[in-house]
Amino acid sequence: MISYILKRILSLIPTLFVVSIVVFLVVYMIPGGPATALLGMEATPESIEALNTELGFNRPFFVQYADWFSNVLQGDWGQSYFLQTSVLDAIGEYFGPTLSLAILAQLISLIISVPLGILAAYRRGSIVDVTTVSASLLGIAVPGFLLSMFLMLFFGVYLKWFPVAGYVALQEGLAEHLRYLILPALSLGLVQAAYITRMSRSSMLDVLYMNYIRTARAKGLKEASVVLVYGLKNAAPTILTVIGQSFGGLVTGTIVTETLFNIPGLGMLTMTSITRRDVFVIQGVVLFVTLIYVLVNLVVDILYGFVDPRIQLGRK
Amino acid sequence: MNTNDKFKSLEPLLEIKNLKVQFPSRKKMLTAVDGVNLTIKPGEIVGVVGESGSGKSVMSQSILRLREYDSAVKYEGEILFEGKNILQLSQSEMRTIRGNRISVIFQDPMTSLSPVHTVGKQLSEVLILHKKMSKQQAKERCLELLSLTGIPNPENCFKKYPYELSGGMQQRVMIAMALACEPKLLIADEPTTALDVTIQEQILNLISELNEKLGMSVLFITHDLGAMAQLCHSVRVMYLGNLVEEAETQTLFEHPLHPYTQGLLSCIPRLDSERGRPLHVISGVVPPLSAVPEGCHFCTRCPYADDVCRTQNPPSVEAEANHFVKCWNYISREEVK
Amino acid sequence: MSTPNTSALSQASQSIRKEQQQIQRERILSNPSLMIGAVIFLLIVLAALIIPSVSSIDPNAMVVIDRLKPPSLAHPFGTDEFGRDLMIRILYGARVSLGVGCSVALLSCLFGTIIGIYASYFKLLDHILMRICEGLIAIPGVLLAIALMAALGASSINVIIALTIVYTPSVARIVRGSALVTREQTFVEAAKVQGASSARILWKLILPNVISPLTVQASFIFAQAIISEASLSFLGAGIPAPAASWGNILQGSKQVLQKAPWTVIFPGLAVVLCVLSLNLFGDGLRDYLDPRTARRKK
Repeated sequence: MISYILKRILSLIPTLFVVSIVVFLVVYMIPGGPATALLGMEATPESIEALNTELGFNRPFFVQYADWFSNVLQGDWGQSYFLQTSVLDAIGEYFGPTLSLAILAQLISLIISVPLGILAAYRRGSIVDVTTVSASLLGIAVPGFLLSMFLMLFFGVYLKWFPVAGYVALQEGLAEHLRYLILPALSLGLVQAAYITRMSRSSMLDVLYMNYIRTARAKGLKEASVVLVYGLKNAAPTILTVIGQSFGGLVTGTIVTETLFNIPGLGMLTMTSITRRDVFVIQGVVLFVTLIYVLVNLVVDILYGFVDPRIQLGRK
Repeated sequence: MNTNDKFKSLEPLLEIKNLKVQFPSRKKMLTAVDGVNLTIKPGEIVGVVGESGSGKSVMSQSILRLREYDSAVKYEGEILFEGKNILQLSQSEMRTIRGNRISVIFQDPMTSLSPVHTVGKQLSEVLILHKKMSKQQAKERCLELLSLTGIPNPENCFKKYPYELSGGMQQRVMIAMALACEPKLLIADEPTTALDVTIQEQILNLISELNEKLGMSVLFITHDLGAMAQLCHSVRVMYLGNLVEEAETQTLFEHPLHPYTQGLLSCIPRLDSERGRPLHVISGVVPPLSAVPEGCHFCTRCPYADDVCRTQNPPSVEAEANHFVKCWNYISREEVK
Repeated sequence: MSTPNTSALSQASQSIRKEQQQIQRERILSNPSLMIGAVIFLLIVLAALIIPSVSSIDPNAMVVIDRLKPPSLAHPFGTDEFGRDLMIRILYGARVSLGVGCSVALLSCLFGTIIGIYASYFKLLDHILMRICEGLIAIPGVLLAIALMAALGASSINVIIALTIVYTPSVARIVRGSALVTREQTFVEAAKVQGASSARILWKLILPNVISPLTVQASFIFAQAIISEASLSFLGAGIPAPAASWGNILQGSKQVLQKAPWTVIFPGLAVVLCVLSLNLFGDGLRDYLDPRTARRKK
């Protein structure tokens, strides 16, 4: 098991290397250099030139990359020219709300999707199944921001159950915190749930017609044990992988949702940085979010190894 | 003349009466098993032989009613096990029979064991469920069972995952699982088809040994006539949902009556046959279930088929003592009219 | 003795063949996803192509007195905050959104196929290309697109470039996967033994076998790209105003959500319907091309 985990971690090195290059390119590619973006249209060519030189943009590509990379490793992710802080500090400040939102949304999506996926697969062809499949097809087709607006309109404006927008930090009380987060989390969670339901249904279907399910029934086991012990554990690796992958969608979903609901999270930070063309912050957020995403998928991979021992030997 | 007389006087353990099993398909119901009668006595090994698609697996799985989870299967007739009609039991009553009174070994051990659970977990579960054993008791019994089925290092095997075992070992685990609760009836559904020839032999010997030791009846489903001859006390030949011939093993092999059985037997290559003589084959293919012929089901491939054969399915008649055959050739034609 | 037998045999084989044909026919007809998806999508495309050309309404004409009018005969979908007719804007928007989606689907399939096929055939190249793809996939898609847009600046072309970069790696992986399977098959071996050049093997033998998973993937990417474009434009990091893309229209509607819900509902429906039809089409196509999974999952 330990050698499997080590192998997984080592295999991340080339991936992270590519990620670092892409993230670096985001700033490097800006036509005219980062100063053009930072100083805006009105800046004189001389001042742009001066800032580019100050940022070291006139050096060769590899020198710049090596410099940037070693800085990143040492915790220097650059400066935000508008917030007057370091990029990492800015991210730290804005990360809390995003984390709350992502966790709540993921919880909502899992509570809905996994049981529904299992039930739909088990009752294949029934009304429950048909409804689930149609609902998830529809859910996949709805962009997150659209669902957010509909929920806002219905629960916030029409029913007035929840605040339409805004954010209250966790420190000011859990109930208030959740009251403000529930609509954005629901809209994110439902979009996620649509995808995860669909995938867990199909991986359960793959499993439920396997011979070992027949064996489990032939033993005289109750249907609940057949489906949950033999079905779910065999389908779990696929479902876990899907959940891990969908986390990427969740994180990007938060960007849109946060701007809509006025939540001061990473999404808000990204969007304000885009309008200000605060490129180092954008670069930092991309790197940070990608690292989290990679980490989540590493955890999923390790869990996968626990659930299905074959994977450790590379047999599957 | 034979050893099978001892079964004669016994009450039947399992009695299948006029069983008909149907599945819905796109347009109509397909009949996989069509009016089968079969009796198994305590301690008897009954073989059912037939090509793939003959309905033998469907019939055997009907006894445990496993098919109804996968499709809307419809039964007619009766399956009496120890006097109770299985087809009328509720699923929860069925669960007290499955794995306990009647158990089954499937064809493909590699896929019949769950890949993500240990052998120990899958094996001891049956005992915890039916015999209400504690985990520790169950484990001890499992180790006994594993060594009974000839697994060299039971303690080690108990902890392993199925993919760490060979096919033959996996099938032994399946057999151990089936025997765990000392069932009255073991259904062996092509237990050796997926295995190497040498392993096949070992598994057959094991089943035969356990039958003698534990006195359980065996319903042995196969398409392998050799295995059948070796193991079974009596044999049924199945073709497209019908049992076409029924006899004691020796009788059937020495003196087959039904043209299909004759065909099957002449397909076996023999060492003493003339060199260079082509192997015999039964002409044609098994028709799909949606195109089962009217009349005798074998009429599309039978060299002797006539108009009566093509229009009316013959009844099963006792052509010789204890030798039943479902063929017009053994019924005087006057009786038909 | 043999005559009735052979005729019975040919009868049986004929009935089998007939049944096969019947099953084929039923498979197309009993594949409602494919049919419904294709029909809805074609209707949207036709509406987007025809109606704006024959209509005289200018999608950017602002009529102050007609601001935020609810749906009526004159304006079936109502008007937006500048008094522009929503229906005609949605149809113009369809041209932009579908154009972007289509370009992204085509380009990412093109590049993905080239990368995937070469990767499947040359071992060293495979290692390099696949590591690059994994790295790109490791960055959440829309986030990567947002970053690229921030670097490149907002324009339709840049949206297409950004989204193509996002979707190409996954196409490459799928193509590589099925190309690897094809490569192992006997007819490829045979061609190799006969001395066929690697270019010939790649493009004449392997490519055709990759096409069917590719078309399925293309329709899903088309749908995804429409959602992504809408999200980018909605965030202001996509197609710059005043061009009417679905995302742009919805961005405008955000401010008047409470006063004029129809400004959200109609463009929103357009996006959902279009994405849904493409997804249905993709699902149906996959089931048709791979009947084995279809039978199990339906």
